[in-house]
Amino acid sequence: MTRIDAKFAELRGQGKKAFVSYVMAGDPDYATSLEVVKGLPGAGVDIIELGLPFTDPMADGPTIQAAGQRALEAGMTLQKTLDLATEFRKTDDTTPIVLMGYYNPIYNRGVDTFLTDAKAAGIDGLIVVDLPPEEDDELCIPAQAAGLNFIRLATPTTDDKRLPKVLQNTSGFVYYVSITGITGAAEAQATDVAPEVARIKAKTDLPVIVGFGVRTPDTARAIAGAADGTVVGSAIVSQIAAGKPPAEVLAFVKSLADGAHSA
Amino acid sequence: MADDLFNSFMNGPDDKGRFGIFGGRFVSETLMPLILSLEEEYERAKTDPAFWAEMDDLWKNYVGRPSPLYFAERLTDHLGGAKIYLKRDELNHTGAHKINNVLGQILLARRMGKTRIIAETGAGQHGVATATVCAKFGLKCVVYMGAHDVRRQAPNVFRMRLLGAEVIPVTSGRGTLKDAMNDALRDWVTNVRDTFYCIGTVAGPHPYPAMVRDFQSIIGKEVRWQLAEQEGEGRLPDTVIAAIGGGSNAMGLFYPFLDDKSVNIIGVEAGGKGVDEKMQHCASLTGGRPGVLHGNRTYLLQDDDGQILEGYSISAGLDYPGIGPEHSWLHEVGRAQYVSITDKEALEAFQLSCALEGIIPALEPSHALAHVMKIAGDLPREHIIVMNMCGRGDKDIFTVAKHLGFDMSDTEGRDAD
Repeated sequence: MTRIDAKFAELRGQGKKAFVSYVMAGDPDYATSLEVVKGLPGAGVDIIELGLPFTDPMADGPTIQAAGQRALEAGMTLQKTLDLATEFRKTDDTTPIVLMGYYNPIYNRGVDTFLTDAKAAGIDGLIVVDLPPEEDDELCIPAQAAGLNFIRLATPTTDDKRLPKVLQNTSGFVYYVSITGITGAAEAQATDVAPEVARIKAKTDLPVIVGFGVRTPDTARAIAGAADGTVVGSAIVSQIAAGKPPAEVLAFVKSLADGAHSA
Repeated sequence: MADDLFNSFMNGPDDKGRFGIFGGRFVSETLMPLILSLEEEYERAKTDPAFWAEMDDLWKNYVGRPSPLYFAERLTDHLGGAKIYLKRDELNHTGAHKINNVLGQILLARRMGKTRIIAETGAGQHGVATATVCAKFGLKCVVYMGAHDVRRQAPNVFRMRLLGAEVIPVTSGRGTLKDAMNDALRDWVTNVRDTFYCIGTVAGPHPYPAMVRDFQSIIGKEVRWQLAEQEGEGRLPDTVIAAIGGGSNAMGLFYPFLDDKSVNIIGVEAGGKGVDEKMQHCASLTGGRPGVLHGNRTYLLQDDDGQILEGYSISAGLDYPGIGPEHSWLHEVGRAQYVSITDKEALEAFQLSCALEGIIPALEPSHALAHVMKIAGDLPREHIIVMNMCGRGDKDIFTVAKHLGFDMSDTEGRDAD
């Protein structure tokens, strides 16, 4: 049982929806981002998605592109991202961390080395945007063997015929992308999301978390209510981009978490 | 026969879209269903005589194929060795090989019922070809082009707009081809239901590398019968040479000769200011290593952390940090040889082609010609080189003028200081 599985068991027991937050590791610099990440559980975050910076984030909108750029310019690397997780784990051994990014930095490091190091750093799960089920042999299968969850994205274009393939090697939870588009784009609509979540839940026992297009406490409540929880990324990253100090960023995160938890 | 098939270099990709370890389908889930349906549609079209009949008709009457295979006599005499033929794909409608592939993809888009076409472009040749074919078929066309390329390829930007396309300058990254491709992929993810992504080179997720290669193979197929016509039945080239950015004109020339062991195959990458640790070049095979970008595994220019580096070349069409996966495979199995040519060498070749043959070449094939200049003199007179003159140089005259110190704004045409 990973920290992710344990967290969902705990939330189920409390009858609560999950609130998942995304921040880019190293944005705007290592120290500030470590301070933000350390404060996330206290702000009500159930699962931390930690962005792994990449030069060419094809599925991300301008907000997260810029965050990755800031992190890289401040000297962030895959190793420093793992260091940040290690540092976080010194004071928090229960909040799950999901590393989210693109395959090349991981492939470049070597899959086996990466998995050993990620596990040692206290990473619990991986979301790798450019690895569909067709490429499961690359990282998904080895990651599960190493005890890490491999969380897959399901999208509005994942039809019923394809859904079983997407769910087959998924673990931890299913991340439903609420829109066809990039991160931080159009606002998600609970009325569109609910039937899609039901469609996925008919095929899996895993929790379904909905992200992309959630920016306000109200939307967080509506979307979380239509699923097992929700993810907010770009809206939080925008606060960091605006130069808000960690305390203010965390206050905003808390308002989102309260929204999701009131669902 | 079975043994011949087993040893063929022409069987790739496999059912996972791989050439050896290269290629594949590294895209987000949103795009995956579309890529699978594109593969199905292409497989159907490939064996549909009606599809190829339409292609042949358009190639002949709209593009002007076959393009001539021209014996470059003065160039041959000047270099004093091998007999040099130029495959004149710069004479195609829109001025480059790009339209060979665009026609195929647009016909597929129509079969799939897509109404909106997007494309990325570097030098603008693929963008112009896409805008052209979209105009012909009445399709909406959006072209992503790096802001830096928009500046250095202004004539092509104007052409695309005349043809009714919307040109979107891309400011992310360094504003070149790689960044244009990122934004095209973002557009595609957002508008996946009505939009077809017309990729301009033999890269991207499967089936693009194989599909684009197949459409461009008309180049090599024509060379085969044209050379036999001019040099006698059964005569094959001894060497085929082409420039490589993503590598579509090269794959088009190389592919039909992969199993002819006597044919020496050479791809020429952009060496920019020199292939060294400063990375002021775009020679992915010479200066890069395998990685995953834009839907495929291939050789990439990248740093120690797996972050993609910005390439550099005088030629906007070669300014890309990757290369088609089939080239990576041909490089690793040793079937093709890959070399690099600097900006300076390409500029010299550009001028030599103008002076000796009356052909103003694009900067991309100028790289291939520069390598011909290096090797032809040492080869015997009976050695036949076929080089792909894949584009014409009208679009590049401003860039070349700047490098040669010629002031285009001076109406008296004086040389600049």
